[in-house]
Amino acid sequence: MGMTLTEKIVARAAGRQTVEPGENVWVDVDLLMTHDVCGPGTIGVFKREFGQDAKVWNREKIVLIPDHYIFTNDERANRNVDILREFAHEQDIQYFYDITDRADFKANPDYKGVCHIALAQEGHTRPGEVMFGTDSHTCNAGAFGQFATGIGNTDAGFIMGTGKLLIKVPATMRFVLNGDMPSYLLSKDLILHIIGDISVSGATYRTMEFTGTAVEQMTMDERMTLCNMVIEAGGKNGVIAPDSTTLDYVTSRTKVPFECVHSDDNARFFSDRYYDVSQLEPVVAKPHSPDNRALVRECRDVKVDRVYIGSCTGGKTSDFVNAARLIQGRQVKVPTYLVPATQKVYEDLFTMKLNHQTLSEIFLASGCIEPSAPSCAACLGGPKDTFGRLNEPEVCVSTTNRNFPGRMGNKQAQVYLASAYTAAATALTGFITDPRDFLT
Amino acid sequence: MGITIRGKVFVVDDNIDTDQIIPAEYLTLVPSKVDEYEKLGSYAFIGLPDRYGSFISSGALKTEYPIIIAGENFGCGSSREHAPIALGASGVRVVVAQSYARIFFRNCVATGELYPWETEERLCDLFTTGQEVTLEGDRCVIVNHSLGREYPLRSLGEAGPVIDAGGIFAYARSTGMIPLRSPQSAG
Ligand code: SF4
Repeated sequence: MGMTLTEKIVARAAGRQTVEPGENVWVDVDLLMTHDVCGPGTIGVFKREFGQDAKVWNREKIVLIPDHYIFTNDERANRNVDILREFAHEQDIQYFYDITDRADFKANPDYKGVCHIALAQEGHTRPGEVMFGTDSHTCNAGAFGQFATGIGNTDAGFIMGTGKLLIKVPATMRFVLNGDMPSYLLSKDLILHIIGDISVSGATYRTMEFTGTAVEQMTMDERMTLCNMVIEAGGKNGVIAPDSTTLDYVTSRTKVPFECVHSDDNARFFSDRYYDVSQLEPVVAKPHSPDNRALVRECRDVKVDRVYIGSCTGGKTSDFVNAARLIQGRQVKVPTYLVPATQKVYEDLFTMKLNHQTLSEIFLASGCIEPSAPSCAACLGGPKDTFGRLNEPEVCVSTTNRNFPGRMGNKQAQVYLASAYTAAATALTGFITDPRDFLT
Repeated sequence: MGITIRGKVFVVDDNIDTDQIIPAEYLTLVPSKVDEYEKLGSYAFIGLPDRYGSFISSGALKTEYPIIIAGENFGCGSSREHAPIALGASGVRVVVAQSYARIFFRNCVATGELYPWETEERLCDLFTTGQEVTLEGDRCVIVNHSLGREYPLRSLGEAGPVIDAGGIFAYARSTGMIPLRSPQSAG
């Protein structure tokens, strides 16, 4: 019997020929990522359990990324970044993307921004490897044909000391996305569609593997959006088989050797779902759950107070390019917040052009608020002074990934999750708007 | 799995996510620091919609409800270990839900902070907050004294011994996966 891509990676990492879904196996970890919110706790667990003078298992396989609560005056938040820094120096951690000057992020060449996009951009996401991160959206890296999933501080502290973790082999649900993507649809629409079908717990304990001609045609940015949100369906990891698009992206960013794996033809899948993407329409997830799906055109009457374009899901370069395509030459009707995921994305806003205008010129001319410093910002609410945070019970259309009560701040705020196209179209009218109204 | 616990229940329904258990603005608290652990506990469930009533009386650090009853997919959302820890630090010992989000369940087991029991029956529709129950781990049942009925729990399976041991480190030491603590590092 054949194995799925995920089973093959886990088997290799467990030093086994084969594994079966449901088995518990110890795996060797290729990369551990942690950030300013969970890093200090992870370090605390590591020291408590292995001793104050203990050394991490491998200084080259740990990546520390301050990204969540950076541009705030909250003292504890600032202290947490200091804890990361101290630990990085003490352990001589190879990859620590530090920020020391919070007043001007550009003065910190090492500072990246949102961890999941930074990992990809810096060549840490490699086919065939096993990555754990103290963040549920670590599944983002599955877009590169890697096994990547989120864990808590205690598990991460365990890995820091041992380089190993005991995991249950997940069964794989296959999602076959065929057909040509209509010009008004983005992969965000596809994943919101799928989560609407299977619910916020539809993939609990399982892998979601995406395949089909529509996936083959996607850029890495679009593939990441699919895998990023598998956690919103409860999935353990998402995965897309590596191909030439993957290899072009990865080999231009790292020299580390890796091995691509693919699902066997006779692999066993827990389930199969087929979609013809050419038949799908733009969708939103209404408050207060990512599976509360509705067609965008069914929500035309919803008046919004602000639009938010950002996060690891919807703050990548392609998201801003897509938003700019609709916004160029028009005026936004509601405050529109732009939060580039990383410093690289921020730079792209000032260098990439559409019809001779940079993205940032397009946004500013249309009345958007000036792009903020790259970080998680209001995607998860954060301290009260966080950029874009919903401090009032407002209605917001957002390209982020979660809309549970209070996620972006105020408990009564209403968050609609949408693609960058839908967010941009909505910004232009002040009501939830189908991008087809502007994309001809 | 010898835990037996008697106390009042706090009842919530489906898809209680980690932002409702411990909102993001409190995540700057580091759970491995003793005073911040306590503080996390005092904010447990502060993100719940108001209709559930208050979980911790104002000014108190701990809850009077050691047992949570929930519906499907409890603990969905973020991987923040702050969530099971906030509940544990507030004085919760067990959660009884129809199902859990994977990472939350795993964090309960890894930390040994909470017992995440599962039930077939939808207890969140039958129980009301404040009712007195006894959970008997040995027999895998929860007895509701107000209703005068008992309900079966699903076995904790392989997670049980890990939580009993006190979490993944204690468990890994007991099985020889990692060395026993040397005396000087046991601080
Ligand atoms: S951008 Fe949002 S979802 Fe992504 S890592 Fe940051 S807080 Fe999490």
